[in-house]
Order: sequence, then structure tokens, then C-alpha cells
Amino acid sequence: MTDGPVVLGIETSCDETGVGIVRGSTLLANVIASSMDEHARYGGVVPEVAARAHLEAMTPTLDAALAEAGITLDEIDAVAVTSGPGLAGALMVGVGAAKALAVATGKPLYAVNHLVGHVGADVLADEPLEYPTIALLVSGGHTSLLLVRDLVDDVELLGETIDDAAGEAFDKVARLLGLPYPGGPQIDRAAVGGDPAAIRFPRGLMGAKDLERHRYDFSFSGLKTAVARWVEKTDDAGEVVPVADVAASFREAVVDVLLTKAFRACADYGIPRLLLGGGVVANARVREVAAERAAAAGVALRIPPLSLCTDNGAMIAALGAQLIEAGYGPSTLGFGADSTLPVTQIQVERL
Amino acid sequence: MFLAIDTSAGTSVAVTDGDRVLAERSTEDTMRHAEVIGEMIEATLDDAAVTPNSLDAVVAGMGPGPFTGLRVGIAAARTFAWGIARPLIPVVSHDAVALEQWSAGVRGGILVVTDARRREVYWSAYALGDLGTERTDGPALCRPDELPHPELRRVDATQISAGQLGRIARIRRAQGLPDEFTEPLYLRSPDVTMPGARKRVSR
Ligand SMILES: [Zn+2]
Repeated sequence: MTDGPVVLGIETSCDETGVGIVRGSTLLANVIASSMDEHARYGGVVPEVAARAHLEAMTPTLDAALAEAGITLDEIDAVAVTSGPGLAGALMVGVGAAKALAVATGKPLYAVNHLVGHVGADVLADEPLEYPTIALLVSGGHTSLLLVRDLVDDVELLGETIDDAAGEAFDKVARLLGLPYPGGPQIDRAAVGGDPAAIRFPRGLMGAKDLERHRYDFSFSGLKTAVARWVEKTDDAGEVVPVADVAASFREAVVDVLLTKAFRACADYGIPRLLLGGGVVANARVREVAAERAAAAGVALRIPPLSLCTDNGAMIAALGAQLIEAGYGPSTLGFGADSTLPVTQIQVERL
Repeated sequence: MFLAIDTSAGTSVAVTDGDRVLAERSTEDTMRHAEVIGEMIEATLDDAAVTPNSLDAVVAGMGPGPFTGLRVGIAAARTFAWGIARPLIPVVSHDAVALEQWSAGVRGGILVVTDARRREVYWSAYALGDLGTERTDGPALCRPDELPHPELRRVDATQISAGQLGRIARIRRAQGLPDEFTEPLYLRSPDVTMPGARKRVSR
């Protein structure tokens, strides 16, 4: 438990400035400064606002992480940072900071993939994760289905959203129901007592014709429009919009598509393991339906603690520690922020 | 001894000792700040044969500058200072241009102008006297045809010298001047569109 390299991880791909510290697969600190409140009045993450907030939060968050871990900077063996994917301007703040920290302290630097970091968060759980596993990573910034054969060596993208991220769909539907940002928890609250089967909203890319080309891809833009149309029709008819039913039915459609595709991947590849990650995992209904279907399908379900599911620096540190333990060298100092970094690139610019 | 970093235009990194610039590396590339910053810091320290722990402070060019690039240098400077537990000295980037002019023997009033993109420019006005430089107006942002102080000699800069930035920081310290701007000089609000009234999707 007390073995392994001490790694400090920096994450700035979206609106959370995350600094985490791990020792091998033991979590020492996980500090997050979020700029979410600043985005609330815009109804979604504003990249420039997020980037400015990262710069303001960087050294205070580093301080807080060292304090939480109860260690000094000298005790850190390596620095890890998110190179991508994410918002370019936001990523650059973390990249600039991490490089400077690495040079200032003489520590090796590991530039890693944000999505694979979400999978890496699970190594901080009590029992080790078994591979291969399917991973479903859902947030306001991404909706991706991965096949992870080996955390540090072999990750394949099975599918991803072709339009909105699932978290974005929650934000947009919340807005049209007159609920504030962020939409996920609002929809969850509004759905209490609602009937998830009250309205049959469309499931994107679930038709027979999509089974081939978009078997593991997601689409939430049509769903969002369908909800808007339904609400307008009800308004036009002079009726009161049953917010609880709309919220519950919308949420059910999202959850159904996400999990149907995730469990389909488990079945197709004969992999009885599913890992969930990303902020949308905070949604109670996602966890509930996932548990039901996992039990029915005989799939082992892994959900890291919520503080490790939302974007955070500990998952980046954990992935860095895994790379070191696998014997991989650090990245060069020449990498950049790559907003579309593919999941196959677990670490960038390895020496 | 100072490490100075500026990314308000291209990227420039220097190590200064007193009034001397021990080493300086610069690139005018305005698209690759995040890529080059680490190697440039490392190489400049190597050139100067200086280790991070022998530095007394880190100097950051606070702009004015277009935001994305400017932030990379400030993030690097702040974190480097944090990493070696030394103070950060924020300096207005245009001050480095004024000092460079002064050191070349220029005297009188000058208007330093740098590109702000989107058909706008940043400017600062200086008086260069026998004893040194003084910023008399700015920094500010405007359209090129709205530049003030037509009486001043205009100096267009495409690069900010981190070496001059380090020198300015030392001069300000020697004079006991307080830090002026501790936050980045974006001089421009973030681009945001406030959500308007929701549009109907059905007709
Ligand atoms: Zn994420």
C-alpha cells in the first residue's frame, strides 16, 4: 500500500483545475478548484473563462494538494499532466505549468491522455481492476466507449458521440425546462416522482441501420430536439408541462442508450467487465440502471468514487504512476496541448 | 539572479544577473508557446550554467498580450516560482521594449505598440530620460487608427525580450517599486454569448 512512485498530476482539460498526488496506487491528495459557477450564467462551459480560471487556481491548488497529502515537493518522484483531449486553451495552462514545475524541480514529466486517465482512476480503488475491460466515460465534454486491454499499453476507441456529449444534452434539456446549469443534478432532482416511461423519446443511433456503422457511437442532438418539440407542443396546447415526467423520460432515454451500447460491447467482445467514469456517473439513475443490467448480464461493474469520476488530477497522477511502474520513461518537454488526442495515445512524446 | 519568461508575443526566456543578461532564447512563433516553453526554460538555464535553486526570483511578463499564449508563460513562471519557493515578480511586457530602446540610446517619448490580433493593437507610452524609463500612459488596447499620442515616436515590437524584462524587474526592485499588475493584462473580456431567448424547434 505504501509502495510505488509518488506522482503529482495536473488536469486542466475542461472547467476543473485538478491537482492530485498518489503513491503508486494509493491516493494521497485530490484537490479540485472548479470554475463551474462562473459558467452557470452562460448555460455551459465558456473556454476562455475556464482557461482564465485555471491560471488563477493553479498555484493555490498545488499548495492545497501538498498540504492534503502531507508531503513536501521534494518527496515527489514525477509530475504527470493531461496533454489532451479537451479545450485547447485550458489544456495549455496545465501543460505550461507542468513543464515549468518539472524543470524547476528536475522531476521527470509524463504527458498523458485525459480519457485513459478516467480509466486510471480505478487503480486507486481497493482491489485491482482486471483487464480487458470495457469503459464508458461520460461527461459534459466527452462520451466515449473504450476497450481497455491494458491501461498503459493498449486502449481502443470503440465509439463516441457524433454530436453533443451526454452531459451537454443534460445541460440543454435542463435549460429548456427552465432549470439552471449544470443540468445533470437538476434533471435528477426534477425527475423525482416522474414516470420514466411517460414519454417515449427517441434513442439516437439505436436503429437497425446504425448497428453496423455506429454500433458503439452516440448521438444526443436529436433527443434534445425531440424534448424541445414535445415541450413546445404541450405549451401550444395550453397544457402545463409535466416537468418531472419530461425529466425522467429524457434521462431514461440517455441512460438507456449509454448502457445498451456499453453492455452490447461487453457481450460482443465477451468481456464481463464494465468501468464507468466521467461526471455523468454522478447521476443516480445511471448508476442504478447500470447495476441492474450488470447483475442481469453477469457483468462486473466498477464505478470509482465520485470524486475520482469527475475530472481530477489524481487520475492523471495514477496513470502516470502506472506508466512508471510499467517501466516507461518520461515524455520529452516538447509536447503540446492536443484537443483531439486519440485514446490510442496513452502517453505522448515518450523519450 | 532571475529567470524571466514572456509569452505576450512570441516566447522569450532569459536568465539575468543584476543588470547582465547571462542567457536568452527567443522565438517569434506565436502559435507554439505551450510546445516550446519547457525546452526553452531548460536550455536557457543550461546556457547560463545556472541551476533552478540558485535563482532569487522568477519574472513574468504579464502582457498585454492575446490571452491563450500570454497565459502559458504566466502559468509557467508562477509554477516555476512555486516549485523553487521563490517570489514571482510581475512586469508589464512593454516595459522591456522601452528599456531596450533606452539602452540603445533613445531618449524622449516613445509609444510601444504590439499586435493584439483581431485588428487591434496594444500600446503603452514612455518617457525615456537620462536616468531611465517611465511609463506615462497605458497599457491599453485600441484599433490601429485610434492610437493616441501621435507626438510620440512609435516603436512596433514583434518580440518581447525576457532579458530586458529581467533587467526591468531588478531596476523596479532596486527602486523599491511595488508590483503593479499581478493578474494577466488581457485588456479584453472573454468571448461569450449570453444565452438568449430559446428558439423554437418546431413551427
Ligand atoms: Zn473527463
